[in-house]
Amino acid sequence: MSEAAKPRPEFRNINIFNDVRTYRMPVAALVSILHRVSGALMFVLLPFIIWLFDKSVSSEISFGQFTSAFTAGLWFFPGWFVKLVVLALIWAYLHHLIAGVRHLYMDATHSVTKEFGKSSAVVTLVVSIALTVILGAKLFGLY
Amino acid sequence: MAVNYGSKRIVVGAHYGLRDWLVQRFTGGLMAVFTLVVLAQVLFAKGPIGYDTWAGVFASQWMKVLTFAVIVALIWHAWVGVRDIWMDYVQPVGTRLLLQVLSIIWLVGCGGWALQVLWRL
Repeated sequence: MSEAAKPRPEFRNINIFNDVRTYRMPVAALVSILHRVSGALMFVLLPFIIWLFDKSVSSEISFGQFTSAFTAGLWFFPGWFVKLVVLALIWAYLHHLIAGVRHLYMDATHSVTKEFGKSSAVVTLVVSIALTVILGAKLFGLY
Repeated sequence: MAVNYGSKRIVVGAHYGLRDWLVQRFTGGLMAVFTLVVLAQVLFAKGPIGYDTWAGVFASQWMKVLTFAVIVALIWHAWVGVRDIWMDYVQPVGTRLLLQVLSIIWLVGCGGWALQVLWRL
């Protein structure tokens, strides 16, 4: 290849309004982008997560503040909103963990067939959503 | 094609990503194990889980050491993840540098706070 070849075309933008929304989105692709989204969500809410840890573990009084956040609310956010945010964090952690373990499993066993990609992605979504529903029901006092 | 192998190999610029690839796996694995350890202690605790049971989980020295390692793992894991996000979606170099610096400050601050909480007990 000669150095004087024409400059390579550069693709800068992800063309979200034109191309990205027309791509086919297999289950594995959905799991993958949700893996990124769940990670980003936990990153943004990290101070809140540490606040929860802080209040829950420091003293009996702070533990009382911790529990009251879920009932009486926090700052100007009502209790049900705090529960909703915690539910989102529960989903984010479960999805990120299970999709991460899927990565580790595929790395260790070299299961890189298209079929396994699909089946393991379905398992990831089913297990993470099921556990989110179960823990969410407990959180919202359904049992 | 220009000669760029052997003694003429360019050794600055982009790396191969192997270290960060491994870091994500090992820190992720450590955090998964930690989740199981905490979950086991909570599930097998005698009686209802109040402040005493919960704080008690983090009171022992070995648990504090493990949690410390997990906090370090979390900060590094989150850094690699967030850096990848900026790298994928933010092309302007100055903006990306600013976002990376802010992300590091965010993570180091959170990590420091978590350590403070852990050693207050």
